[in-house]
Amino acid sequence: MAYQVFSPVFSILCAFAFGAVFLRVSGFDPVDVYVRMLTGAFGDLYGWAETLVKAIPIMLCALGVSVAFRMLLWNIGAEGQLYMGAFGASWVALSLPEAPAVILLPLMVAAGMAAGALWALVAAIPRAFLRVNEIITTLMLNYVAIYWVEYLIYGPFRDPSAYNFPLSVPFAGAARLPVIGDTRIHAGIFFAILAAALLVFVLGKTRWGYEMKVLGDSPEVGRYAGINVRLHIVVALCMSGALAGLAGMSEVSAIAGRLQHGLSPGYGYTAIIVACLARLNPWGIIIVSILFGGLLVGGYSAQFIGVPAAAVNMLQGAMLFFVLVAEFLGRYRLSLGGSAVEEVG
Amino acid sequence: MDGLIWISLLSAAVSAGTPLLLAALGELLCERVGVLNLGVEGMMLVGAVSGFLTAVATGSVAAGVLAAILAGGMLAAVHAFISVTLGANQIISGLALTLFGTGVSSYLGKHAIGVPLPVAVEVFPIPVLSAIPVLGDILFRKDPLVYLSYLLVPALWFWIFRTRYGLNLRAVGESPDTADTLGINVIATRHAYVIAGGMLAGLGGAYLSMVYTPCWIENMTAGRGWIAVALVIFAVWSPPRAMLGAYLFGGIDVLGFRIQTLGIMVPSFFLKMLPYIFTIAVLVVFTAYTSRRHALGPSALGKPYERE
Amino acid sequence: MDSPIVEMRDILKRFPGVVANDRVHFELCAGEVHALLGENGAGKSTLMNILSGFYRADAGEISVRGKPVNIRSPGNAIALGIGMIHQQFRLIPTFTVTENIVLGLSKLAFSLDIRAMEADVGRFSRSSGLTIDPRALIWQLSVGELQRVEILKVLYRGVDILIMDEPTAVLTPQEVKELFHVTRAMAESGKTVVFITHRLEEVMEIADRITVLRGGRNVATLRRSETSIRELAVMMVGKALPPDTAFPPAEAGDIVLELENIEAGGDRGQKALDGLSLSVRAGEIVGIAGVAGNGQRELAEVIARLRSVSRGTIRVCGKDITNREPLCAIEAGVSYIPEDRFGTGLAGELSVEENLILKEYRHAPLGRGFLIDWKKAAARALELVEQFHVKTPSLGAPANSLSGGNAQRLLLARETAARPKLIIAAQPSRGLDVRATEAVRTILDSQRRVGAAVLLISGDLDEIMKLSDRVAVIFEGRIMGIRGRDRLDMEAIGLMMGGLGESHDQA
Repeated sequence: MAYQVFSPVFSILCAFAFGAVFLRVSGFDPVDVYVRMLTGAFGDLYGWAETLVKAIPIMLCALGVSVAFRMLLWNIGAEGQLYMGAFGASWVALSLPEAPAVILLPLMVAAGMAAGALWALVAAIPRAFLRVNEIITTLMLNYVAIYWVEYLIYGPFRDPSAYNFPLSVPFAGAARLPVIGDTRIHAGIFFAILAAALLVFVLGKTRWGYEMKVLGDSPEVGRYAGINVRLHIVVALCMSGALAGLAGMSEVSAIAGRLQHGLSPGYGYTAIIVACLARLNPWGIIIVSILFGGLLVGGYSAQFIGVPAAAVNMLQGAMLFFVLVAEFLGRYRLSLGGSAVEEVG
Repeated sequence: MDGLIWISLLSAAVSAGTPLLLAALGELLCERVGVLNLGVEGMMLVGAVSGFLTAVATGSVAAGVLAAILAGGMLAAVHAFISVTLGANQIISGLALTLFGTGVSSYLGKHAIGVPLPVAVEVFPIPVLSAIPVLGDILFRKDPLVYLSYLLVPALWFWIFRTRYGLNLRAVGESPDTADTLGINVIATRHAYVIAGGMLAGLGGAYLSMVYTPCWIENMTAGRGWIAVALVIFAVWSPPRAMLGAYLFGGIDVLGFRIQTLGIMVPSFFLKMLPYIFTIAVLVVFTAYTSRRHALGPSALGKPYERE
Repeated sequence: MDSPIVEMRDILKRFPGVVANDRVHFELCAGEVHALLGENGAGKSTLMNILSGFYRADAGEISVRGKPVNIRSPGNAIALGIGMIHQQFRLIPTFTVTENIVLGLSKLAFSLDIRAMEADVGRFSRSSGLTIDPRALIWQLSVGELQRVEILKVLYRGVDILIMDEPTAVLTPQEVKELFHVTRAMAESGKTVVFITHRLEEVMEIADRITVLRGGRNVATLRRSETSIRELAVMMVGKALPPDTAFPPAEAGDIVLELENIEAGGDRGQKALDGLSLSVRAGEIVGIAGVAGNGQRELAEVIARLRSVSRGTIRVCGKDITNREPLCAIEAGVSYIPEDRFGTGLAGELSVEENLILKEYRHAPLGRGFLIDWKKAAARALELVEQFHVKTPSLGAPANSLSGGNAQRLLLARETAARPKLIIAAQPSRGLDVRATEAVRTILDSQRRVGAAVLLISGDLDEIMKLSDRVAVIFEGRIMGIRGRDRLDMEAIGLMMGGLGESHDQA
């Protein structure tokens, strides 16, 4: 347990230290920058709210990614699965403009999750049955998904009154997820917490979760014990996609209110870092996601004094590096270490 | 369709394919030695920004190219350290590199946005060759970097398949323990080729920012690095095939822009999807129809080497 | 004979828990074919690995051609003209024969003239009597051809002292003949060949001199003309030990395991099991004796359903489980204690508790519907840990933090807790200290008492003798013969282990 906390803390601190050097070299005062980021993200209620808003899709995607990673399935496709989830939810919303929220929202949730899961299935089946490398397939599917959404925005879903801006027809009010008070914090946060709790439950108490743990540690042992490896591969990847799809649904429903360009500034990729930093622990993921949400929001604050938004990306990348270094230092090869292309099934 | 349009299209395909080719050749070397490098996108971007900034500052294209190569190499050195020396997860390391490289390039490039490149990279039509009908126009009215890429393909092919070092390279990627027993230094070999791969990726990025669209735009590689990774599989780890694949993918890229001018009503987005869908299809077919012993790709790809 | 070309004196080599070579002497004369004979654990491979630079001896001296040497690496050994061909080939499947042979050669030019190299290799292979197509890809070759490539690899480097570790294990009879032919030719041309083997018939056919090792020590060195198969067999296995009275026989009941004419392939495409038939009854321990590599592992895997059979049937308590999934075997009451404790048996990073429930989690009381009742699981785990004396800091400690002996106890606890009808124990006491070994044996014996059928596969002949009610000897994937514990005849067993059938009679 001590190591579980040591690793992310170490990585984050090292990354910030590294970032400080970079900032200094670029003529900024690191302390000033970091203080601004901190106050921007966590200094007041508004900051907190925005941080949480950014954290929600990260949480959902990261939880999804962690399910796959536990089984040594490298799902790099959360970004695409998110977009497909957004597509699924949008399709429902735009097809049923008159429907009441009570029917529409659950349908959108279902559609979003289903779309994400199906998208993951495209990579899952070749992986489970033909041992096709899922890293490349999920990655390629990201691009296909993004172009698909672009096609929709410029084409069938296009808003005729939007002066040629790439936007879809806006959703009816019933299609919008409720928010808390004045903030933009939306029901998605409950989805995320529910998902984390469910994940903890499944992993800790169910037979399925136990089998996942066995397979994630030693596929051979699992095979010998009679566990259905292929089924696990497919289900894990689809669950992963479903959660990312849910993130897409919540972004499109609560934040954007329509299907549009740039729904995600790379949440799917950030999710991977978060999952690794949190060592695949569901509650850890929630916490680290909030941190990363704060990073994004803090980054905006820092932009006021000229620090480019890119600095946040750099920090994220650096953190991931230090996670690997921390792992090496701890000589603790969990499911993240060692054989990258270790195969289940 | 008018012949001229075809020629123009194919010529554009070659130009568009060149950064892909350079990055793919780099990734090819890296994977041949058994290391998966998912940081190509990041390396291309740091190469692009370094090359551009250096060229602006020094007024010299050559200096820019050199800077790009160095930048790509340095980033790759980090990957080599983490994946080879530390033996950590190559996928995560590569991803971290991409994210980091993307961030660094945006950060460094903030001053370069909108800045014009003071020197242009001249087009040198090659005497005699450029006079060949059709082919001459497509291939030999290009800039030096493209010609460099032409030379790299046979040069790398020769290196990999016809030199003793290439033999060692392939041995390390297929079976590092056998190579080790025969006295080949696996760690050093892997470091060398990972860094070389990064250098080529950096060069590819430089081409983008200094020749193809001479300017700096954030994230200007737009996923080309990832396509390069897919390209390597499509090319079955062979340089000549990588060249074909690069021009094919480059062609699809430019076709997207041009198809509307030709009046063909295929939404450009579907054309843009083609390279990716194509890659998935190729991967599935290859993996499914390859017998067990004739493994797809270097057998030790992705696995850290630990001496027993 | 002339003065020896290789002399090894007082070689000592220790591995954790075992002395592999205990002050061993070994001498080689130029131009001879020398057989190094012994059963499992005799120390023959270790000794030769030292000579060829793969291991370093802890103590002792080696002289080559009269000069004392210090062999630090395989490269050193090759420079001295000594090369070893292991049982596991070290070849690159996607390379050609030529590429494998020239890889790593310092005399290679920068630019490779492939045609010229292939021609050279082709010429060399023909003149060595080991004809092979220099352009062939390794993955397409048969095992016999692969061996030829390995031999060529060392010969091409100028090796004139060749060591071959169990070379005939993977060959067809035809290929064995060819190998002997080539060996003779090499010896006649002045090269020296060492054959590590346990096959008595072959030893008598090919060897000029024979050194027998047992338990890491020298037994004898003789000329072939001075000895007989029978004598060698006895030297190889030693005198019989009286069955330990701590484990008296139990009552044998109905047939639990029935194997009929099993044929199955091994990992390298060879036939690992070749018409194997065997039956084991409830309440008895059948020991499978034999030198490693004769199909023992495949036999265990076939019954545990980790490997498919191409022919024959497997029945457990009358139920046909041939080629069904592993779950089927588990439900039929089969328990497997694999050789490979952490690869196939225990999940290293998972806790002791999590490992213990691996066989029982599907049913009540531990499994209720979709869930696992962890309270009951913990209680069960505690019960088992105490019953089997598994030393662990806690139930939550990861399995790979346990010592070898405790990990094995853990494995046994899990496998026997489910009240199996059949237990397959593969090398159960390998690598364990005396106390752990005793514990393992006691557990197996007590299982026998409650009516389980036990198939004990072990490379330790003493262990087989101590525990088994019946001893079956496996050789080349077949059962050569079975003896009850009252009819144990070491000579016969040695002969069978060396490949000679029950009824074989040789002066």
